[in-house]
Amino acid sequence: MRTPLYDEHIAAGAKMTAYCGWELPLHYGGILAEHVAVRRRAGVFDVSHMGEIYLSGAGAFDFLQALLTNDMRRLETKPWVYSPMCGESGGTVDDVVAYRHGDGFLLCVNAANTEKDFAWIRQNAPPGVCVENVSDSFAQLALQGPAAADVLKKADLSAVLLQSGTGYTGERGFELFLPPAAAPKLWREMTEAGAQPCGLGARDLLRTEASLPLYGHELDEDISPVEAGLERFVCFEKGNFIGRGALAGVRPPRRLIGLTAQGRAVPRAGCEVLGDGVPLGKVTSGCFSPGPARGIAMALVTGEAEKYEIVIRDKAEPAVLTGMPFYRRAK
Amino acid sequence: MRYYSKDHEWLYIVGDTGEVGITNHAQNQLGDIVFCEAEPPGTALAAGEAAGAVESVKAASDILTPVSGEIIAVNPDPQREPSLLNSAPEETWVFRIRLSDPAELAGLLDEGAYSAFCDE
Repeated sequence: MRTPLYDEHIAAGAKMTAYCGWELPLHYGGILAEHVAVRRRAGVFDVSHMGEIYLSGAGAFDFLQALLTNDMRRLETKPWVYSPMCGESGGTVDDVVAYRHGDGFLLCVNAANTEKDFAWIRQNAPPGVCVENVSDSFAQLALQGPAAADVLKKADLSAVLLQSGTGYTGERGFELFLPPAAAPKLWREMTEAGAQPCGLGARDLLRTEASLPLYGHELDEDISPVEAGLERFVCFEKGNFIGRGALAGVRPPRRLIGLTAQGRAVPRAGCEVLGDGVPLGKVTSGCFSPGPARGIAMALVTGEAEKYEIVIRDKAEPAVLTGMPFYRRAK
Repeated sequence: MRYYSKDHEWLYIVGDTGEVGITNHAQNQLGDIVFCEAEPPGTALAAGEAAGAVESVKAASDILTPVSGEIIAVNPDPQREPSLLNSAPEETWVFRIRLSDPAELAGLLDEGAYSAFCDE
């Protein structure tokens, strides 16, 4: 599948890659240059592959409260709320951003999970709640970086249906939903105003530095949001929700930790983590972080250790426990 | 004389030894290179075995020796500054190998054949 910005990507010289059935830009020449553009100025990402599911009807709010782990009453004071969505066993079905939209709620879901989520939500929806997969009705742009607000001011936002101060990079920024046909014009306005087109490569690097979870890595059907360090998005006080029984009062043995490699080899997802020489778990995401010029990794481990190592190409490479996020923007 | 492998290494022959690096095509596919290592001098390898590795921001990739032999030197430059493999791939050798079977050279590509192979 192609997003409405496919021709813009090709014209900008993108190296395209396959992701969840989509042809998306991996980079436009250099991942590190795009990374630095977002950290210092502004970058724009085509995230039109993300799925959108719309909930409406009289019982939509109560259903949302039961479906998601976070407290949706937060939508009374802010236009969007991030939340994991759990199964009965406490494993994570997906992590989503919920928006108030029209008379209902729009859920922005991971591209890889759109069909699965749609089936899960429909299966759990009570009579009277209408669940629609409206992914084809939306393109989505993420404008990120310290200069994002300046770029936004220079763009014509009249076609934008929904806008939030969210992102997946650790920088200030905006995510904008708009009709697919209107996306190329806004994309061009943003790039002409100085936003660097950025691909999936930079996106993964930026989100790993910001320690933001990626479904399929830090979260999946067998990993609970509590294990992934997302307990602040699980609200037990709000009442019942799917997965509550499995999550409440349980201190899981596994937890997500941050590690910084001391050598120059780069840890990658799947690498084994050793604690005092004993296997503790696996790296869920790893990348080269340009700031420290070292590899960084998130890892799901059991127990604690004095000395950590990551096995990279059969060699145990020393690593140090690092507080997350690895990168925090200056206030 | 410079030879090329279908695994995107180059081999520059001087007498019975050769310098090995990664091709321009390889560095282009890998993107920003952030790490380079090679097996230490004294390591004996058969053609096609991993003699080292490079990592880009995107992915890790083995450097396969195009010929059999013994590693006799490792270049510290790309280890210190991996981006040399992006900016000057054909001038930056990664390791030097003493060939144990020079007849293997017949199985490698020359520049024209390698270029055609990359365009396929």
